[in-house]
Amino acid sequence: MCKSFTKRARKALTTSLLATFFVFFTIPTQASGEEGKEFSPGEMILHHIADSHEWHFFSIGNLHISLPLPVILIVDGKIDIFLSSEFHHAKIVEITHEGEKVKAKKLVRGENTYLLIHDKIKVEGDKMLIDLSITKNVTSLFLSVILMFWVFTSVAKGYKVNAGKPPKGIQAFFEPIIVYIRDEIAIPALGDKHEKYLPYLLTLFFFIWFNNLLGLMPGGANLTGNIAVTMTLAVLTFLITTFTAKKAYWSHIFTPPVPLPLYIIMIPVEIIGIFTKPFSLMVRLFANITAGHTIILSLLALIFIFGQMNVALGFGVGIFSVAFAVAMNMLELFVAILQAYVFTLLSAMYFANAIEEHHHEGHEHEHHHAHNEEVKEYVKTPIHNY
Amino acid sequence: MDLIKPEFGLIFWQTVTFLVVVFVLSRVAWKPIINGLKEREKSIAEALEKAEQARKEVALSQANNEKLLEEARIERDKIIRLAQKAADDFRNEACNKASAEAAKIIEEAKKAIETEKQQALAQIKTQIATLSIEIAEKLLKQQLENPEKQKQLVENLIKNLELN
Repeated sequence: MCKSFTKRARKALTTSLLATFFVFFTIPTQASGEEGKEFSPGEMILHHIADSHEWHFFSIGNLHISLPLPVILIVDGKIDIFLSSEFHHAKIVEITHEGEKVKAKKLVRGENTYLLIHDKIKVEGDKMLIDLSITKNVTSLFLSVILMFWVFTSVAKGYKVNAGKPPKGIQAFFEPIIVYIRDEIAIPALGDKHEKYLPYLLTLFFFIWFNNLLGLMPGGANLTGNIAVTMTLAVLTFLITTFTAKKAYWSHIFTPPVPLPLYIIMIPVEIIGIFTKPFSLMVRLFANITAGHTIILSLLALIFIFGQMNVALGFGVGIFSVAFAVAMNMLELFVAILQAYVFTLLSAMYFANAIEEHHHEGHEHEHHHAHNEEVKEYVKTPIHNY
Repeated sequence: MDLIKPEFGLIFWQTVTFLVVVFVLSRVAWKPIINGLKEREKSIAEALEKAEQARKEVALSQANNEKLLEEARIERDKIIRLAQKAADDFRNEACNKASAEAAKIIEEAKKAIETEKQQALAQIKTQIATLSIEIAEKLLKQQLENPEKQKQLVENLIKNLELN
């Protein structure tokens, strides 16, 4: 009795704390004066997929519940920091942006005038603007990082507490995954040198997986479906590949084992190959995650498209849309881990390719004499370029 | 097209954050986790090896025990056999001795009985002779007591003589 009471009291306390958090941070924004606006699925989907300066949770009528986020701008070398909620009171103006008429929010701060167009901040006049705002994606990024720190320090603690004993709890959940990445990705690809790359591969895998899953949460940010994020990860893999590459990797690119005249074709192809690998990493993750979100959002958008024609039709379509969206969500849960796995696996293979030694024996010394045999060998090893 | 235009701000935060995550997690998570895993794998391998060794030792000692047991069994059988033989020998010997003794005693008894019998017979013969004489004497005395009878006897004797 007493126990359940304290439990309930604690629950109530947590709830009220959470409520205060939201009351404190959330500012109901004012109606933007766009009453009776037609539902535009494209706009809705883009709004959900794209980054934003505020974290919008939901709207009831004209009441918009969202978390304002800090805007950090560097305008001509001067830092300007303010909350994105300042735009709530900004004047709405119509301007021409990149050849089309758009509505923008105009905010004057000191000597600078900012325009918020499609959730992006521009500055009026010929001023250099660097936007380092803590956007919705950045917030989600920080949250995921906090989550990762918490999860993996807990896992690591398990190895101290349960030293010499079977894994328990969260440690038991993550151990097989960590072991899988080590034994099925890192060791087969990198052999004895896997330990040097393992921390990066593990971080990469869990970072992508966690953020893929966070992105699937209602109201979650589409972090791993953002090209900037996938680009950064791909560039890191590229940099590691390039800077840990051994002689064999470079000699394979600049002195490929083909007859000399073919160098005109092979060398450019090999050089392009250096960049297409990370490029494919970038696009694969971005496209997979964004596509998944788009499909789910499109299915849900169907409800409102039909709902606008007829309310009953909207409900009717809703049943099927929700069923399909649930199925899609299940698929996306799988895609979340699959894409994390693919990114990690390919990164490991690129590293393996870079640190491989003596790809073709005697290649450096004899390539002028033994072209024919080497061409044969080259053909025989189709996996040498992943 | 905004979707495929990477934002500098996000690249910046992503780079900084991700590098920090790699660095921090390497220190506080991956290193202890991987070391813990390695230690556990090592201890498991060692434990398995020890178990294998122990199993071999047990098998060896079991084989030894079996051998000892077998030897003991053989020894026991041998002792029992010997004891049995000794007992049998002893019994046979005792039996033979006893029967020989008995035969001897019987023989002697028979001899003694024979001797006694002979003596008794001889005695009985003597006694019968004596008694016969005495009886004859007594009969003669009785018959020859009166003269009439003596006369009759003499007449009988003479009669027999006349016949001849």
